[in-house]
Amino acid sequence: MKNILDLAYNIIGLPRLIISIFLLVFLIAAAVVDLSIPMLTGSLLVRVGMNAVLVLALIPAIKAGTGLNLALPLGIMCGLVGAVVAIEYKLSGAASFAVALAIAVPLAIIVGYLYGLVLNRIKGQEMIVGTYVGFSVVSGMCIFWLLAPFKNPEMVWAYGGTGLRNTILLHSSFDKILNDFLGFKIGEIEIPTGLLLFFGLLCFMVWLFGKTRTGNAMHVAGSNPRFALSCGINIDKMRILGTVLSTILACIGILVYSQSYGFLQLYQGPLMMAFPAAAAILIGGASPKKAAISHVIIGTFLFQSLLVVAPPVINVLVEGSFSEVFRGIVSNGVILYALATKWEGGE
Amino acid sequence: MESTSLLKLDKICKSYYGNRVLKDVCLEIKKGEIHGLVGENGAGKSTLMNILFGMPVIQQTGGYEGDVVLEGNQVCFTCPSEAMDYGIGMVHQEFMLIPGFTVAENIKLNRERTKPNVISRLIGKKMETIDVQRNRHDARASLDRLGMSFDEMMPVGGLPVGYMQFIEVAREIDKENTKVVVFDEPTAVLTESEAEQFLDTARKLANDGLGVLFISHRLDEVVSLCDRITVLRDGEVVALLNRGEASIQRIAELMVGRQINRLADRKKTVQVNKPILEIRNLAVEMPGEKVKEFDLDLYEGEILGVGGLAGHGKIGIANGIMGMYPATGSLVKQGKSLPLGDTMLMLQENMAFVSEDRRGVGLLWDESIEHNIIIAAMQSQKKFLKRVTPLLTIEDRKKIHEHTLKMIKDLDIRCVGPQQLVKRLSGGNQQKICIARAITLSPDILFVSEPTRGIDIGAKRIVLDLLLQLNRDLGVTIVMTSSELAELRSVCDRIAIIYEGRLEGVLPPDAPDLDFGLMMAGEFEHKGADQV
Amino acid sequence: MIPEQKELKPNTNSPLIKIKRKLIEFAVPLLFLVLCIIGAYYARLQPSFLINEIIMRMARNPVLVLALIIPVLAGMGMNFAIVLGAMAGQIGLIIITHYEATGITGVTVAALIAVPFAIIFGYLTGKLLNRAKGKEMITSMIFGFFAVYVWQLFFLVFVGSIIPMRNEKMILSTGVGVRNTVDLVGIRYALDDIIKIRDLPGITIPISTLIVVALFCILITFFMKTKLGQDIRAVGQNMEIAAISGINVDKIRITAIIISTVLAAWGQIIWLQNIGTLNTYGSHVQVGLFAVAALLIGGASVAKANIWQVLLGTFLFHTLFIISPTAGRNLLGDAQIGEFFRVFVAYGVIAVALVLHAWQKHSAAKNK
Repeated sequence: MKNILDLAYNIIGLPRLIISIFLLVFLIAAAVVDLSIPMLTGSLLVRVGMNAVLVLALIPAIKAGTGLNLALPLGIMCGLVGAVVAIEYKLSGAASFAVALAIAVPLAIIVGYLYGLVLNRIKGQEMIVGTYVGFSVVSGMCIFWLLAPFKNPEMVWAYGGTGLRNTILLHSSFDKILNDFLGFKIGEIEIPTGLLLFFGLLCFMVWLFGKTRTGNAMHVAGSNPRFALSCGINIDKMRILGTVLSTILACIGILVYSQSYGFLQLYQGPLMMAFPAAAAILIGGASPKKAAISHVIIGTFLFQSLLVVAPPVINVLVEGSFSEVFRGIVSNGVILYALATKWEGGE
Repeated sequence: MESTSLLKLDKICKSYYGNRVLKDVCLEIKKGEIHGLVGENGAGKSTLMNILFGMPVIQQTGGYEGDVVLEGNQVCFTCPSEAMDYGIGMVHQEFMLIPGFTVAENIKLNRERTKPNVISRLIGKKMETIDVQRNRHDARASLDRLGMSFDEMMPVGGLPVGYMQFIEVAREIDKENTKVVVFDEPTAVLTESEAEQFLDTARKLANDGLGVLFISHRLDEVVSLCDRITVLRDGEVVALLNRGEASIQRIAELMVGRQINRLADRKKTVQVNKPILEIRNLAVEMPGEKVKEFDLDLYEGEILGVGGLAGHGKIGIANGIMGMYPATGSLVKQGKSLPLGDTMLMLQENMAFVSEDRRGVGLLWDESIEHNIIIAAMQSQKKFLKRVTPLLTIEDRKKIHEHTLKMIKDLDIRCVGPQQLVKRLSGGNQQKICIARAITLSPDILFVSEPTRGIDIGAKRIVLDLLLQLNRDLGVTIVMTSSELAELRSVCDRIAIIYEGRLEGVLPPDAPDLDFGLMMAGEFEHKGADQV
Repeated sequence: MIPEQKELKPNTNSPLIKIKRKLIEFAVPLLFLVLCIIGAYYARLQPSFLINEIIMRMARNPVLVLALIIPVLAGMGMNFAIVLGAMAGQIGLIIITHYEATGITGVTVAALIAVPFAIIFGYLTGKLLNRAKGKEMITSMIFGFFAVYVWQLFFLVFVGSIIPMRNEKMILSTGVGVRNTVDLVGIRYALDDIIKIRDLPGITIPISTLIVVALFCILITFFMKTKLGQDIRAVGQNMEIAAISGINVDKIRITAIIISTVLAAWGQIIWLQNIGTLNTYGSHVQVGLFAVAALLIGGASVAKANIWQVLLGTFLFHTLFIISPTAGRNLLGDAQIGEFFRVFVAYGVIAVALVLHAWQKHSAAKNK
C-alpha cells in the first residue's frame, strides 16, 4: 500500500494529488447533498473554456525560460483596450470581437516586446518584477479609463459623468459570441462548442509553433540556456519572443473570458488575474521551469472543478460566503508550494 | 635541530565510486616548516585538502582510509568549522572576504570581541555590543605581524586585489590556536613584488612556529621557499624532496612521468604549409580559464592536443573560438576571416565542438537522444526541416528518425531507442551522443574538450578510437583539449601546452617527460620556439 | 586554478564619488519632495490641517515601516509578509475588545498578546523564506496574500461556528463571523493621549507616540551594533562566506523575520489606536504595499535601509497620500484621479526599485 502511495506521489506530484483528493471528496459530498450534476457539468465546461486561454498564455513564457509570467495584466490591458474601442464604435457580434482582437494583438506585441527587454536585464527576478509591473500598469490604466475620451453611453458613467464605468455589459457587442457558436445540448447539459473549439485551435497553434525551427529554439533556450548558446541560439531574443507570445495569448484570453462572462471588468478588476492562472497551470503539474499544454488542460479542469463543486457543498455545512476565500487559499497555497520547491531543469 | 611533527597524513586512501584517487598518501608538516605540495591537476591535491578539512563531500562519498594526526592526536573532521577550531587554517584561492565590510570586520568575522550590556544580561550573549576598539586593535596586531601597513578600517571592496590575500592570512593568524596554515595557489593573482612580499610573510609565519603547507604550481617559488616538498602524481606520492635535493627540472619530471600507450599511428602526412585555421592574439574572458594571448596555426587533417594545468586557459580556447565566452583576436579559416563571438556563424562554417561540461552545456538532460543529436544542426544549418505550406516549415520527423538510427548504429550507442532520454545512458554513451551531435553538423574542424572525463576506463578507449576514426576516415581536423597528458600523448600529432593564459610551446607526443613538465610549470626556456 | 587578475578598483572614497553617491541616494526623495510641493500647491489645503495630518501620520505609521529594515539588512529584500505581523497585532486588539479592556492597559495587553502570535507567524515565514532563497520577495508577497485569506477563513467562517465568541457586539447578525468593523473606542488615542500638546489651533501633537517611535529607532540602532546585528549584516552581505565562518545562516534569517513581524504587530496596534476603528477584513491588507513604498520613497533600496530613510519616506509618502485626492480634484476635476494616482505611485515606486535592484544584481553576476 505504501508503495502505491509513493508511486502516486512521485508521478502525480503533491499539489495534483491533494487537489484530486479534495475534488473526489467534494464530488462525493455533492452527490450526497443532491446537487444538480448536469448543471455543474455545463457550468464546468464553460468555466474551463473561458479560463483556459489565460492559463495557456503562461506556456510560451515558461518554455522560453522566463518563469511564471505574473505580468499577464499587461496583455489583459491590451485586450480590454481593444474591446473598449470596438464597443465605442458601436460594433456588434462577430465584427466587434474581431476588431477587438485586431486592435489588441498589435498592442500586445509592442507591450510584450518592451516588457521582454526589461526581463532580459533582470534575469532571476522575473516573478516579483512582473507582479509589480503588472500592478503598476493596472493602476495607471485606472487613470486612463477615467480620463480617456470615450463617448458611448453604454460605457460611460451616467448623468453626465466622465470616464468609463467599472463594469461594461457586452450584451450589445460580443457577449457569448464563442459560447453560443455551434452550441448544442446533450440532455440537460449545454455544450459551449465555439468556446471549446476556439481554445482547441489556440492549443493547436501553440503546439504547432513548437514544431517549427524557431519554436524549437525557444524551447531549448528555456530548457538549457548554455546548451542553446552552443547551438547558436540567441537566448535574449528567445526570451523576448516568449514574452510577446505570452502577452498576445493573454490579450486573447481576456477577450475570451469576457465574452463568456458577459462583462468587461475595468479598473482594479484585472489586478490579480495572473495568480489563479498560475495556480491552475501548477496544479496541472507544471513548474516554473517546465510546462506543457496537457498541464494547462488538466490544471484548469481540476482547479475550476474544485471551485464549482466546493462552495455549494460547504455552504450546506457552514454559513457564509466561502468561494472567494477558498479560491484564494487554494491558488496562493499552490503557488507557495511551487516557490518553496527546488525544481529540476532550466538554469 | 629535531622539529616536532605538527600534522601528519598517514597512508590516506580515497575512492570516488570505485575510481581510486588517492593511494597510501603520506604527508607530514613539522613545526616551523614550510612544506610544498606539487602535482598536476587530477593528481589528488584537492581531494587531500578536502579530507583534511572535513568537507562534507568526503563523508557523502564513502569516507576515507588512513589517519590524520594533529600534534600526536588522531582527528577526523566532519566539517570545515571543526578543522578551524582545531587550528587548521586555509587561505583559499577565491577570497572569502566580504567587500562591504571593513578589513577589521573581515578579520574578526564571527569571532568579534564583545562587551556585555543591560539587554545582554537579560537575553543572552548574542545581544552583547560589538567592541569596535578591541576588534580594531586585534586586526591591527595581525596586520602588523605580517608587515602590512594599510588601514584596517577601510572597506575591503575598495582595496587592491593584492591586499586581499594578506587579509586572509591575517584572519587565520588572528585565530589564537592556529597551528597549521594551508596556502592554495596564493601567488596566482599577485604581482611579482606582491608575491615576494607574500613569500616573506610565509617565512615569518614559519619562524613564529606555525606549520605552512604551500600548494603551488610555481615551481620557482616552491623551490626557493620550501623546506621539504611532496610530489603527488596520479594519487600517489612519487617523491619527498628536501631543500637542496629539489630543482625545478627534477620536480617537473616527477610530476609528469608515466607510461604512454600510443593509440594513433606515429607517422602521418600533415599539410604543414596549409593551415586550415589561423589563430592570432586570442584572448578569452572565461571565468577560471582565462586566455590572455594565444597564437597558433592549425593544420588540415591533424589531431592537435591542448594541455596545461587547470585554470591556465586551455579550456578557454575552444570555448572562446566557438563563442561561448567573450573573446577577442583574429580567426582566419581557409583564408576567410571570421569574427569572434558568433556561435551560429562558427557552426555554419563547419566548425563543431564538444564541451567539457557534458551535463551542463553538452546535453539536454531531459530530452531524447534524437532531439539532442539533431537540434544544433536544425538551428544553425537548417537541416531536418520540411515545408508543409508556403508559410510553415516544421521539423521532419522521418529524416530525424533515420539519421538518429544511423548515428546509433555507426557510433555503437548502447540505448533502448532514439526516443530514450539521454540522462538514462552511461557516461560513455552520453559522450558519443555529444560527438554524434557534432558529426551531424558535418564539421571539418572539431573541438573536443575533456573527451573522456567522467567515463569509466573501458569506455575511454572507445571514445578515443572514435575520434581517431573520424580523423582518419572523414578527414576531420581535431583539436583535443584534455587535463590528462597521457591521453593527449597517446592520440595527438602535436601537443600545445598553455601556461597562465599563453602558449608556452608545442611538443611532439614522444618528447621527453621533462619537457612537458617544464612547459606546464612555465619553466621551459623557450627552446625551439619556432616550432609553432 | 588562477583566479581572475581583477582590475585594481579606483579608490571608492574620493570626494567626487562620495558626492555622486549621495546624489543618487537622495534622487528619489528629492523627486517626491518636488511632487509633494507641486501637489500641496494645487491641493490648496488649510496649512493647519495639512500639518496636523502629517504629524499624526509621523506618529502612527513609522513603526510599521521600521519593521522592514532588519530583513533588508539580512539580505532578504522587502518583507511583504509584515501583513502577518499586522494580523498578530489585530488579534491582540480583537481579544482585548472582546473582553472590553480599555485605555493604555488595553493597548499594552494587546501588545503582549500579539507577541507570541507574531513570533509564530514570523517563524513560519522565516522557514518558508529559507526554502526559497533568491526568491524571498515574491514568496513573502504570496505568503501575505495566502495569510489574508486564511484570516478571512478564520474570522469570517470559523469564528461563531467552530470557535465561539461571546461578545455579541462583534459578531455579524447571522451569528457567524466577526463584524466588518470593530469599534476600538475603548482604546482610541490610548497611547496618543498620554502626553499630548494642544496649544496650537487645530494642531495636536501626540508626544507619547512620537517618543515611542523614537524609542524604536534607538532600539534598532542599538540592535545593529550587537553581535546578532553584526551576524545579520554578514548574512545580508554574503550568505556563503557567513556560513563558512560558522554563522548559522538559516537561524539568523528566521530571527530577522521574527523581529520584523513583532515590530509590525506593535506598529499595527499603534496605528489602530489612532484610527480608532478596526476594519476587520481590510485594515491589514495593504500594510505591506504602503510600508514598502514609503521606505523606497525615503531613498532606501532592496539591499540597504536605515532609520532616516524610514522617517523621510513616511513623511513624503503620507504627505503625497494626503494631498493627492484634493490636488486631483482641483487640477483635473476628479478626486478619484488623485486616489488612483497615489496607488499608482505606490506600485510604480516598488516596480522601479525592483527593476533597478534586479538589473544591478544581474550585471554584477555577469561581470563576475
